[in-house]
Parts: sequence; C-alpha cells; structure tokens
Amino acid sequence: MSILQSLIKKEALHVFRDRRTMVITLLMPVLLLLLFGFAISTEVNNVNVVAVVDRHTDETREIIERFSVNPYITFKGVTDNSNADNLLRTGTTDAVVVLKTSNGRLSTQIIVDASNTTVAQASTAYIRGIISGSDMMSPVLTQTLYNPQLKSAYNFVPGIMGMIFILICAIMTSVSIVSEKENGTMDLLLVSPVRPGTVILVKLIPYFILSCTILAVMLIISYTVLELPLSSSIINVILLSIIYIILSLSIGLLVSTVVDTQLTALIVSAVVFMLPVIMLSGMIFPIDNMPVVLQWLSCIIPARWYTAAMRKLMIQQLEINYVLQEISILLSMTGLLLLFALKKFNTRK
Amino acid sequence: MENNNPAISVRDLTKKFGNFTAVDHISFDVGKGEIFGFLGANGAGKTTAMRMLCGLSFPTSGQGQVAGYDIVSQSEDIKRHIGYMSQKFSLYGELTVIENLRLFSSIYGMNRQSFRHASSRLLEELEMTDMQNALVKDIPVGWKQKLAFLSATIHSPEIVFLDEPTGGVDPVTRRKFWELIYKASSDGMTVFVTTHYLDEAEYCNRVSIMVDGHINALDAPAALKQRYNVSSMDEVFRIVAKDSTRSD
Repeated sequence: MSILQSLIKKEALHVFRDRRTMVITLLMPVLLLLLFGFAISTEVNNVNVVAVVDRHTDETREIIERFSVNPYITFKGVTDNSNADNLLRTGTTDAVVVLKTSNGRLSTQIIVDASNTTVAQASTAYIRGIISGSDMMSPVLTQTLYNPQLKSAYNFVPGIMGMIFILICAIMTSVSIVSEKENGTMDLLLVSPVRPGTVILVKLIPYFILSCTILAVMLIISYTVLELPLSSSIINVILLSIIYIILSLSIGLLVSTVVDTQLTALIVSAVVFMLPVIMLSGMIFPIDNMPVVLQWLSCIIPARWYTAAMRKLMIQQLEINYVLQEISILLSMTGLLLLFALKKFNTRK
Repeated sequence: MENNNPAISVRDLTKKFGNFTAVDHISFDVGKGEIFGFLGANGAGKTTAMRMLCGLSFPTSGQGQVAGYDIVSQSEDIKRHIGYMSQKFSLYGELTVIENLRLFSSIYGMNRQSFRHASSRLLEELEMTDMQNALVKDIPVGWKQKLAFLSATIHSPEIVFLDEPTGGVDPVTRRKFWELIYKASSDGMTVFVTTHYLDEAEYCNRVSIMVDGHINALDAPAALKQRYNVSSMDEVFRIVAKDSTRSD
C-alpha cells in the first residue's frame, strides 16, 4: 500500500508541477465548451432581406410589416426589380422577396444567395414561414422537442465531452507512460520489486481523477452557463461518462504499449483517435448523412456511442434503459482495449 | 547464501531477436564484492545481456543466477536484491532530489526511519545536502549521475548493475564517480558495470570484453595486458575486437 501511495504521489506531483500542461488540461475543456456553446453556432441570425413589390396592397404591406418585426430577419427595405440583382451581388442582402399581385392574387418568389448553403437554407425556411403565415394556406405547426429554442449548445456539449476525454485521457496517459519509457525511468520501475500491474495502475489513477474533475467542471458549465436542462438523469450522465473515461484511459494505455517516443504517442493519439472523433462521432456531421462505408466506420469510434447516449440522457432526458445498447457497446470496447493493452504491456521481452 | 557462491553466475546465455543473435552463449562468474567491468563496443550486446540479468528480458537459451536466484523463474526475488542504474541517469525531473530518493526507498520497502538515516548520511557523503530540495531537472548532469547512483543503491542491494553510468560526463566527474563505486564495493556491494571508456576498465577487478555477442576475453586488467603484451586496456581492446563486424 505504501508503494502504491508513494508512486501515486510521484505521479500527482509530476502532473501538478508541470504547470503548462496543467493549465492547458483544465482550461481547454472550459474554452472549448464555451467556444462551441456560444461563439460557434449553427443557428442563422440576422438574415438580410429586401423586398421587390410591384403593387402595394394590404396584403403586401402586412407581409413587409411581419418581415420588419421578425427577430431573425433584418429587413433592408423595398427596392425595385433592377436593383435587386445588384444588392445580392454586393452581398448587401441575403435574399430578395418578390411580391407580385396580378388579378388580385399575390404570387411570391424568393431569390436567395446560396454561396453559403447553411444561410441559404435557413433563410429560405424563415421567409417561407413568414409569407405562408399570411395567406389562406393553413399554417404547418412545427413542434421542436427536447431543444425548443434549437440551441446549438445542446448539440455540441455531448460531442465536445466525447472529444475532451479522448484528448485528455488518451493523449496525456500515453504521453506520460511513453515519457517514462523514453527517460528510462520505466526500466527503473520494472527492475524494482513493484509489480507491472501496479506500475500501470498508478499511471492511470491520477489521470482518472483529473478526468473526473474535468467532468465535474464541464457539467457545471453545461448546466449553468449553457443552461442545459438539469434533469434527474445526472447520475446516469456521470456513470456513462466514467465508463467513457475508463475507455479513453485504456486507449492511452494501448497507444503507450505500441509506440516508443512521446512525439509518436502524441501523433498517434491525435490522428488515429482525435480526428475520427471530430469527423465520425456525429458531433459535427450527422452520421445518417455519411456514405455507408463511413457509417460502418463510425461504429468503431467509441465517441459515436458516447455522444449518442449523452444526447439521449442530457438533451432528451431519457431514462437509462434507452441507452443500454450504447452502454454495453462502450463496456465491451473498454474490456477489449484493456485486455489488449495489458497483454501488450509485456514487461520482459 | 554461502560466502563462496558467486554473486552472478551465467552459463551459455543467449538472446536472439529474430535471426540476429545479440548475445551468443556467454558464460562468466562474478564474485561477491567484485567490481566487474563489462566492456564492448556499442552494439556488442552488453545492455541486452545486462537486461537479462536484471529480469527485464527473457533469455532465448542458457542459464543464469543472480544473488542465488534463477534469472528466468525467480526474477521477482532477484529484483529485491539488486539495484539498477540505466544509461540516461533516469530520475523523475519534476521531483526534487529528496523526493526521488524517498520514492525509490519506498519502492524497495524501506521504512521512513531507515530512509531518513540512509539519505542524510549519503547526501552528506556526496555533499548534496544543500541540493536536496532542488528539482532534479534543474541540477547539473554530473550531480544527476551521482544521484542516480544513490537511488540505485539507497536500499543497500547485494548487486548493483550500472549501464554505462559515465556516458557523456567529463573526466573529472567520471573519476569522482568511480570513487563512489569503490566505496560501494568496499562496503561489500557487488558492482556490475558496462562501459566503453577503456580507461575505466583499469579500475575494475576483472573485465570481460564482448565482441559481436561473444565474450572474447575475461580476466583482470593487468593479466590481459600481460597476455597481449601491451601497456594499456585500449590496446588490449583493439586486439580483441579487431575482427568485429558489428561496431562502427
């Protein structure tokens, strides 16, 4: 026990005295979370719209009135047909709404700048909504469940957490174990009476504790600053995250048994584990939109399952029995990875 | 253990990596309290052989005993009776001098009291008492090397393995380091040291010269010089290793 204690103390001192890493480790999750939660938003606001009206009627006046009060739209006024094209070209407006009245019937046309498809799609949808509210067409009622304000923070938080834990656990653990190999201190531990299992354990415990601290910080930010709905599923969220943390630690351990330099450990962790997490976990790009091959590939990315389960627990507020599939997949992945890593961590060659 | 038993005894020890035979049927004994120099060019197989003796690596064939224990089946027992200093003065840079020593003493099961006693005595001997609270990464390389030796021997092991302990250190510091080795040896510790500095070979009781995985010569330095009728170990080494194909 005293060996275990002094080794853990050593590891903790090493982690805490390395100020730079420490600051990055604790600050990065907070920054990423705030960045994605506030700054990087997939919502489209402030769509610039001009209208071209051939004859003003009560109906057109009402439509224009609605444009000018809509919070998502900045109404730039009425212009004539010849100027509309110019306004689109110069980027003064994102969309032009043409309102034409013939024989007492209003026909409308939306011309939209699609150089940014996201903006184009969103503004078309807004404008359609505003116009269709006016005439006789019965309005379609849309109800957005789980995220009524369509906040993008809701979408990003689970993904960011999936990324952060891989980053911290996999990269930091592998780098720290490999640095002991590089410095030769690993040999000192292995020729000592300390058991190889203990050597691994003391490497993992400090990073596990660090990860749990980060989990707490991220949950606090999510529930306060980002105003995610605080639900009764918080225990499940923590439980799921702890499974994922252990899985990420196993990845780090596995990487450290395969590579021999800190640089390689960093590159392997970053390229082999980080990029797929960003690209294939569904954090940014929806998995259903991917080519089938990539969809299969995404199945072996642990973050995909974690993100999916976290969405269900944190955003949809579902009970734990709705995420049993994800949990069992994550658990079996953890088991397999740990098994591989411990097998590869053969101390005598 | 009987007094006449050798500290290290090796018969036909062999290590192959695929088709490459790093260590090829080497046999030797090291007596208790002896300073045994394990010489050879880079790549001759010194470190591989030493790693097998320390239980870091399995032999492909052959037998060996260290401190009376079998190197294959009883490596856990061996580990409690040896100290090991690796090539790069490996210590934890973010820990202080005293923290490093405390760590290694607790790994070897020393209690607090005997640690305090041993560390204060050893630090004083090495004139390192003032430095005990400095971070290891900040102290000069010569001190790191002494400290690494201290960490390897703080638990008074029967045998200490030193893998090129003086690599990259200036001659004066090397000389001082050998005084430490003599001190340990006079306290009864067996010292097994690899080096490629041939002047250091003169300080050993006996040396073996490894060439391409074989031990081509093994005797006291004076006897070797006499056998080859030369005046320095440097010349002995050149004669013994002249047919080497591995070294550069």
